[in-house]
Amino acid sequence: MGKFGFALSPSSRINLDTLDNVKFAHLIEIEPDVLKCMACGSCTASCTAGKFVKTSMRSAILALQNGRNEEAISLLKSCLLCGKCTMVCPRAINTRHLIISILKVYQ
Amino acid sequence: MIYQGKQKIWSDYQKEIPDDHYFYVRSCIRQNLFPASEKTFLDITRNKLGKDFFETEHHTTCGGIAYHCDTIPQETSMTIIARQFALMHKYGYENYVCSCITSFGLYTETLETWHEFPELEAKIKDNLWKTCKLEFAKPKYLAHASDIIYKYRNLIAAQAKYKLINKKTGQPLRVVEHIGCHYGKMFPSKSVGGAEYPYVLAGMIEAWGGEVIDYPERRHCCGYGFRQYHIRSNRGYSLSNTHKKFESMEPYKPDMIITNCPGCPYFLDRWQYVISEMEGKTYGENGHGIPVFTYEEVAGLVMGYNPWDLGLQMHQVGVEPLLEKIGIPYDPKEKYKGPGGKDIGRPELPTCGCL
Amino acid sequence: MKNIVVIGGGPSGMEASAQLHKMGYNVILVEKSPALGGHLAKWDRLFPQGVHAGNILEGMISNINGVKYFLNANVQSINALGKSYNVILDNGITVLADAVLFATGFDLFKAEKKEEYGYGIYEHVITNADLENWFRTKNDQRIVENPKRIGFVHCVGSRDEKAGNRYCSKVCCATAVKQACEIKQEFPGAEVFCFYMDLRMFGRGYEDLYLSAQKEYGVRFIRGRVSEVAENINKELVVKAEDTLSGKPLKVTIDLLVLMSGMQNCSAGVKVAGQIGVAGMENDGFFETKDSIYSLQQALKPGVFFAGACTGPKTLPDSLHEARAAALAIHTYLQARDHQ
Repeated sequence: MGKFGFALSPSSRINLDTLDNVKFAHLIEIEPDVLKCMACGSCTASCTAGKFVKTSMRSAILALQNGRNEEAISLLKSCLLCGKCTMVCPRAINTRHLIISILKVYQ
Repeated sequence: MIYQGKQKIWSDYQKEIPDDHYFYVRSCIRQNLFPASEKTFLDITRNKLGKDFFETEHHTTCGGIAYHCDTIPQETSMTIIARQFALMHKYGYENYVCSCITSFGLYTETLETWHEFPELEAKIKDNLWKTCKLEFAKPKYLAHASDIIYKYRNLIAAQAKYKLINKKTGQPLRVVEHIGCHYGKMFPSKSVGGAEYPYVLAGMIEAWGGEVIDYPERRHCCGYGFRQYHIRSNRGYSLSNTHKKFESMEPYKPDMIITNCPGCPYFLDRWQYVISEMEGKTYGENGHGIPVFTYEEVAGLVMGYNPWDLGLQMHQVGVEPLLEKIGIPYDPKEKYKGPGGKDIGRPELPTCGCL
Repeated sequence: MKNIVVIGGGPSGMEASAQLHKMGYNVILVEKSPALGGHLAKWDRLFPQGVHAGNILEGMISNINGVKYFLNANVQSINALGKSYNVILDNGITVLADAVLFATGFDLFKAEKKEEYGYGIYEHVITNADLENWFRTKNDQRIVENPKRIGFVHCVGSRDEKAGNRYCSKVCCATAVKQACEIKQEFPGAEVFCFYMDLRMFGRGYEDLYLSAQKEYGVRFIRGRVSEVAENINKELVVKAEDTLSGKPLKVTIDLLVLMSGMQNCSAGVKVAGQIGVAGMENDGFFETKDSIYSLQQALKPGVFFAGACTGPKTLPDSLHEARAAALAIHTYLQARDHQ
């Protein structure tokens, strides 16, 4: 805070100019269906873990697209791999498989 | 920027500005922040251009700061405004010009509100009579003082001693113009050039020889925002907005900034010092800041006023490098001498180049 | 023989004329521009399958064989005369028409009206129509060689009260997704972004188009309306929107921005229709039909008919259906009139 008692505030803005998408490109190679998500949210709505800890497949995919990799991991770490999201995904994304792939690429 | 496209849009927003006979009201904060700007405005319009600009010591604040900070209700500020208009009428004027952007926004908003809600107008009329025994009147034309200088920009250019041109290189100075938010954003049709990119200051810059810079965060607020700044814990947020603007204009290497609001020049000027202290970063040449001016100060400079009579010693960012660029003579010994040669004191030397 | 004046030589005007001609009517087709085809003549390929607009147009033109048409012709005046309409063209032709068909189509929203998007101000901002023209001609200096990032803005002048158009223009989503794929074919290395509020992929094959844009072409869909565009010192465009799905403001710097200009009722058509008291509706400016379900081809005035986008945004197949429906409606109307 220095001598003024206040400081510049950090920006919360998503800046796609500084996005490093090398890892995401790698993820697409092994898991091309990640691109099919249309953000309907049914995965999140049905999530067993999500009722207790913030867990969201949809938000995790978006976070990866926006380069917020740590946020994505934190949205998936409570996943129980029960497969309910796989069951409800209208775009037939194999979400269980995708989660494992994400963890492989990003962890 | 494709200039013809911009001209087309500017031509769509032409505001009628009467040529003469105005009732002038001052801002409540500008005389402290930029002490000679309003005096220069009256001197240019009355004495250099021979126009009729009347002011009375009986006018007050418009109540805008209190209104925007939610400390007085709308009806109160409307009654204050009705009193200002009544004074105009009492002294025989129908053109009203104010020095402050927030006042301008509030006057416009009030007139529009009365237009939409005549019952409210009737109530304010009643309030005015009960409290002040004054006859209710509305101005025929409402202008901001920058509209007037814009209107007279070519007359000023005709009398100009200096141009906004780098004397050494012969190149036009690169000027950032910054418009107060309440000038055109609420009522684009009441502004010169529209809200997206008002022409009011750009027109002055062009008429006086400079070149306007369009940079990505041109539309961004200066960072003042009454209720933000007035609370200390919010000041980092205010500062961050200003910082964002400077980061965005930096690649264009602006020579100067011109503004038309009470708050903007103050914050764009003072925050440069704070940023330089906090971040060790300055945005002008040779470790200096970018000098920031009111439009009256710039008009005064091109017309050959003594920079110290324009109050430029009150700026945080030193103006001397710019004066030298244009070729305006100044006496460094006189900088901190007030009227009658009285010493007005000096600031400590900050890093952004206050000389 | 009965005279029918068809105003507008775009797809619906041509299709209706061809049908009416085959039914044995004397059709007079009036087109204000120097060529038939309307907006179709300016388009390169059509969603959802990428059929060439030129081929479709060629087929339509050969189909109107025998119809009298006037190019560079405007309706100078039109007024009711008993049960007929006296139509005077500016080329000196006068027709006493038993029925008048407005197939006056649409104007593209003037993108420069959205001042904050910088069309006509910033060098690398173009419209959907400009991009189609570039696909056809490969001639547009605003499109740089090998752009790294390209953005599409949906709903430009649509779903926008301040732009005067509260309604959805219907075709822009599918057009944007089509164009996003096509530009990706041209510049495979580019990142392509679509800024949308809702994706309205309602027609057959449209959802597949969207899926393939996502999966085959890697188009990034960002749900949020572009709020403002600025130019940086390198003349690149700085685009701001909210990524509403994450609830955060978003910024991206791009080399080309394509604005999906929406549809408005054709101003020239409105002027002509006004002379016989046929007006645009208050809520959207498109012509008022006799009802909203059953009699979409009829105006409130007897003997006046509509086909195509003059009664609201439509896809090309929609407009062609309406053209055929209008031909039948006119035929039914004239038969009923003769039996009276």
